[in-house]
Amino acid sequence: MNARGLLRALPTMLRVSFAESVAYRAEMFVWVLSTTMPLVNMVLWMAVAKSAPVGNFGQADFVGYFLATFAVRQLTSAWAAWLINWEVKQGTLAMRLLRPISPLWGYASDNVAGFPMRVVVALPVVLLSIALVGADKAVPQHAWQWGLFLVAVLGGWAITFLANVAIGALSLFLDSSQKMMEVWMVLFFVCSGYMYPVEFLPEGLRTVIDWLPFRYQMGLPVELMTNAHDLPTALGLVARQWAWVLGMGALAVGLWKQGVKRFAAFGG
Amino acid sequence: MISVHGLRKHYKVHKRPPGLKAALRSLFHRTYTSVKAVDGISFDIRPGERVGFLGPNGAGKTTTLKVLSGLLHPSEGEVRVDGHVPRLREEAFLKKIMLVMGQKQQLLWDLPPAETFELNRAIYDVPTLQYKQTLDELVGLLEIGDLIGKPTRQLSLGERMKCELAAALIHRPRVLFLDEPTIGLDVSMQATMRTFIKDYNEKYGATLILTSHYMDDVAALCPRVIVIDKGLLSYDGSLEALVQRVRPEKRVVLRLSEVVDASRLESLGKLVTHEAGTAVLQVKQDAVNATISRALSGLPVTDLTVENAPLEEVMSELFAENKARRLQAAESVPA
Repeated sequence: MNARGLLRALPTMLRVSFAESVAYRAEMFVWVLSTTMPLVNMVLWMAVAKSAPVGNFGQADFVGYFLATFAVRQLTSAWAAWLINWEVKQGTLAMRLLRPISPLWGYASDNVAGFPMRVVVALPVVLLSIALVGADKAVPQHAWQWGLFLVAVLGGWAITFLANVAIGALSLFLDSSQKMMEVWMVLFFVCSGYMYPVEFLPEGLRTVIDWLPFRYQMGLPVELMTNAHDLPTALGLVARQWAWVLGMGALAVGLWKQGVKRFAAFGG
Repeated sequence: MISVHGLRKHYKVHKRPPGLKAALRSLFHRTYTSVKAVDGISFDIRPGERVGFLGPNGAGKTTTLKVLSGLLHPSEGEVRVDGHVPRLREEAFLKKIMLVMGQKQQLLWDLPPAETFELNRAIYDVPTLQYKQTLDELVGLLEIGDLIGKPTRQLSLGERMKCELAAALIHRPRVLFLDEPTIGLDVSMQATMRTFIKDYNEKYGATLILTSHYMDDVAALCPRVIVIDKGLLSYDGSLEALVQRVRPEKRVVLRLSEVVDASRLESLGKLVTHEAGTAVLQVKQDAVNATISRALSGLPVTDLTVENAPLEEVMSELFAENKARRLQAAESVPA
C-alpha cells in the first residue's frame, strides 16, 4: 500500500484496534496486574538500600527508578510474536495476507492502539513518583530531556515490536518460535534494566550489554526519565538505540518477507 | 481472466509414527516426504464465468485457490489472474480479488461486523459514497441490518457467514474465490447464499470459482466444472456433459397410488429405490419414452418425473473411475 493510502487507513485501523483492546474489561485489569513486577523489585531493592546506598542508588532513587520502569514498560511493550505464532499455526494469517496492506501494519496498530489505556495506568504512577521522590528523580527536567525521553520511548517500543516480528516470523521457518520468544524475554529481564539498573553489572558485562538491544528497550528510556545522563551521553545512547531500531527493522522485514513465501496456510 | 499452466504445489511434510520412542528419535532425525497437493494442472477461465472446482477431500482444490489468491507460492508453473502474478501480492491484485473460506473468518470476533466493514473500507480505500451504496445493497440483499451492530461472537453460524460474505464484498472484488462458503449452513441459508452469489456475479460481472461438497451449490451456480483428484485435473467442461459422460442413464421417478410388487418395476428398468408410494428406476436414455409409456399403461402412477442421476453419485463414480485408473497404471509399471 502506498504511503498516502496507508495514512488514510491508519486512523480507522487504530480506532478499530482500540475498540478491540477495550472489549474485555476484566482482561485489561488482569493485564495491569501482570505488569506490576517493577513494584515488587522496588520494594526488594528499597530493603537492600535501607542501611546504605547501593552504588549511586539510595531508597528514593530506587523508588524513582522502578516507578519509571513501570511507566516505561506500559509504553514500550509489544506482543506481536505470540499473535504471529498463533496465526501461522492456525492458518488465520491468510486473512491478513489477503488484504492490500502488510500484516505488519495491522500488528503494529493492534499494539499501538493500547497506548491510551496504558497511559491511563502509567500516569498516576508517574504522579505518585513525583510526590514520593520529587520531580528531579521522577521526570525529565528540561525540554531537551523530555524530547530525548520521548524519542527513546518510541525507539524502545520500536525495538520491542520489531524483535517480536522477527521472532514471530521465525515461526514460518520453524513451525513455532514461542520458546525463542521466552528466551528473548529472559534475556530482556536480565539485560534490560528491568530487574535492576544496568550500572550494577560488572564493567565487562556492562560493555557487552551496551552492545545488545535489551538496554535500549527499557533501561535507556528509564535512565532518561530519571535524568541519569548529560546531553552528550544521552545523544550517544539514543543514536545507538536508533541504530538498533534500523538493524532490527531490516532483520524483521527480511525474515517476514522470506517467511511469508513459506507460509503453508494450513487449516481449511 | 484466469490462466493456470502446469501448476504444481508440493509440500515437504515431516512424518513420524506415534509413540514416545518415535518422538525422541524425531528430535535427532526427521523423515520428510513430499506431498503432491497439486501436480501439473492447467485451465483458463473467462471473465464473468462461474466455475465449480470439485474433488474429494485432499484433492488439491483449496491449495489451488490459495495459489490463485496469492497465499501460496507455486512450486512450478505459471499462474495469472487478471494479468497479475498472484504470488507477488501486488496491491492492485489484492484489491481485485477475495477468497472467502467457510472455515476461516475475517470478522473481528469481539466487535460487531460493522467495525470489520469499516476497517475494510479504510484498507481497500473504498470511496465513502461507493461504500455506503455497497453496504446498503449488501445489508438489504443479505438481510443483515439487525446483525451488523451485534458482537460477532454472539451471531449464529449462518448469520456470521452472511456478514462474512458482506465483509468480503465491500471492495467489490472482480474475482471471487469461494471455498466451501455454505459449510454448516441450513438448507434455507444455503439457498439464500446461492441466490446472493449468483446475483453478485451477474450484476458486477465478477469471475467466480467455487469449491463445495454440497452438490446443490454447484448445480445452482456453476455451468462449468473443473474436477481435480489427487492433484491432477480429471475433467474440465460443462456440468451437463459430465453427467452425460459418467452417468448417461436417466432416473424415472414414479409416484404410485398403491403398493406394486418389485418384480413388476424391475421389468421396466433397474430399480434404484422402492419405498412406500415411490419407486425410482434407472433406464438408458433411448429407453426413457418406452419406459414411461409402459409405466403409465401398466402401473397405478399418480405422478412421474425424469431426472439426471444425483450429482453426488456422478462425482462418486467419477472419483472411483479415477482411482481404478490410477491403480491400473501403478500395476502396469514394471517393478
